[in-house]
Amino acid sequence: MPRHTITLSLPSGPRYLSGNEAAAEGALAAGCRFYAGYPITPSSEIMESMARTLPSMGGAFIQMEDEIGSISAVVGASWAGAKAMTATSGPGLSLMQECLGYAAFTETPLVLIDVQRAGPCTGQATKVGGGDIMAAKWGSHGDYQVVAFSPWSVKEMFSLTVEAFNWSERLRVPAFLLAEEVTGHLRERMDVPTRLEIHDREYEPGAPPFGTEEEDGVPSMPRFGVGENLLVTGSTHDARGFRKVEDPVVHERLVNRLNRKVLARAEEICRYEAYFLEDARLVVVAYGFTARAALRAVNLARAKERKVGMLRLITLWPFQEKPFKELAHKGASFLVPEMNLGQVAGLVHAAASGREVHSLPQVNGSAIAPARILAAIEEVI
Amino acid sequence: MPRDLQQFLREEVKSTPFCPGCGHGILLGLILRSIEGLGLDMKDMLFVSGIGCAAWIPSPHYRADTLHTLHGRAVAFATGAKLVNPNLKVMVISGDGDLSSIGGNHLIHAARRGIDLTVICANNMIYGMTGGQAASTTPAGSRSSTTPEGNPYPPFDLCKLVKAAGAAYAARGTVTRPYELMAYISKALETAAFSFVEVMSPCPTQYGKWNELDTPASCFDELSRVCRSRTEIDPEVPLPENVVILGEFDDQ
Repeated sequence: MPRHTITLSLPSGPRYLSGNEAAAEGALAAGCRFYAGYPITPSSEIMESMARTLPSMGGAFIQMEDEIGSISAVVGASWAGAKAMTATSGPGLSLMQECLGYAAFTETPLVLIDVQRAGPCTGQATKVGGGDIMAAKWGSHGDYQVVAFSPWSVKEMFSLTVEAFNWSERLRVPAFLLAEEVTGHLRERMDVPTRLEIHDREYEPGAPPFGTEEEDGVPSMPRFGVGENLLVTGSTHDARGFRKVEDPVVHERLVNRLNRKVLARAEEICRYEAYFLEDARLVVVAYGFTARAALRAVNLARAKERKVGMLRLITLWPFQEKPFKELAHKGASFLVPEMNLGQVAGLVHAAASGREVHSLPQVNGSAIAPARILAAIEEVI
Repeated sequence: MPRDLQQFLREEVKSTPFCPGCGHGILLGLILRSIEGLGLDMKDMLFVSGIGCAAWIPSPHYRADTLHTLHGRAVAFATGAKLVNPNLKVMVISGDGDLSSIGGNHLIHAARRGIDLTVICANNMIYGMTGGQAASTTPAGSRSSTTPEGNPYPPFDLCKLVKAAGAAYAARGTVTRPYELMAYISKALETAAFSFVEVMSPCPTQYGKWNELDTPASCFDELSRVCRSRTEIDPEVPLPENVVILGEFDDQ
């Protein structure tokens, strides 16, 4: 049953969890039954939670020898029929990039939680950063798509992990939770829902596993061991999986479909929260933990009767230009505070139809304070 | 004789991509004959391979589930699949460069864990697909496109390596001794833990070209000349340079 509602085994109601613990709970609720990972700060609590819980739920857990092995095992597990995931941080993400491309190209559902720390390189391993936004989308070679969500609370570490699994299974695409160290280690109240909508991969016996009639279709996803004689390959392949490494038509059609199947559904995937946009001359565009500080700053500015609003991006990939074009059309300019040197500000700039986009970057290993965002609002409004 | 293997091969595949004189076609058949001999059902089998000539032995030829992965990562992919579905009989078939160089870490860790995989390493002592570069298995002194003056480094002894890491079974055979090799492959398949068979397989196109063995016959002759069974070694007779010891490595 591709789409169904489940009753959670977790007791519903208020609980105090860390963001990383909530992400693990969300994964289990979404039906994740395989985890492979490698220790890395600040994501390791996700792996430790899965190690404690997965075996008792009939799932499999393995600590692999490195991050390359981890995501490779996740792909193997996904084809064996399990909803599967890993979690890491910047350096691990860099190591996983080749296999991320394999997952995109072979249409393998998997979820990757990146609890971002201050990069580049080893950087400040215990400090917060948000510099992996572009790496998540463009880190592997070639043209492909991913889905990525940006949680701003412990509750969203849970709910957006579920959403990442749902989209990953629906579209047969790698899906990210692009969390940040401060949210992963944040401990706050989270209300466990009683019921959840869950999507599973669709399987039609005998259907071609790697092609559809539609130019943006998602093929049937079989699994190993049921007599399908699957041919899974990271080389260019036809609808049945046979390698076609010299056929320009097959390659172009495949690459285009893999991109279109995500982009055609961007409107449904992309979620936002709007605050005070009706009269806003300046729109603060914020995501992840930074959005908490941004909302505080916007509230303080509104108290001083500044015409400022906020757009919180819940989905980062695919990135939709439409909401920015609409706001720009109404005359708004933009302020983008983020824990990197303007990775999303650049996307907003491209979408802002010539309106001013002010980047407010911070890469000092700490979260952006409301006062800094408020000062920037006062300066540019 | 090929006709009786037809049930194990995809009917869409009419020929192999292997060069004339390549040993991989022989190995392709010997693995299937071993499976047939044990009465295993291809429906229960998963074949995982990496990147390189040997990775094309199962994919797309074998009529079974096949997973053609990234360079070096076949064992890690196989680990995930086996853990999710322990009923799958999982065999990894790949080359020496793939399994022991770029993928060496996954190989030794799978051996250490004792996970029930059978790994067949087709060792042609060189990177064939990319044009004949030196591998971690190229004999010392052998020439290649990246060691034109001769390889300054000794090769891995892969059987000793995986045994030291914890493999339950390790053996080295050669396509020039097919019946012996089939016995090793069968024994590996019957081992319910990590098992490893290294298969010497000649590459006239690349290894041969660089080492004055540029006909299939000269490659096979040379392999026969340097191979010695552990049980055949006569202490009175000196071993050839770069000797390849065949047999089961049951000791650490």
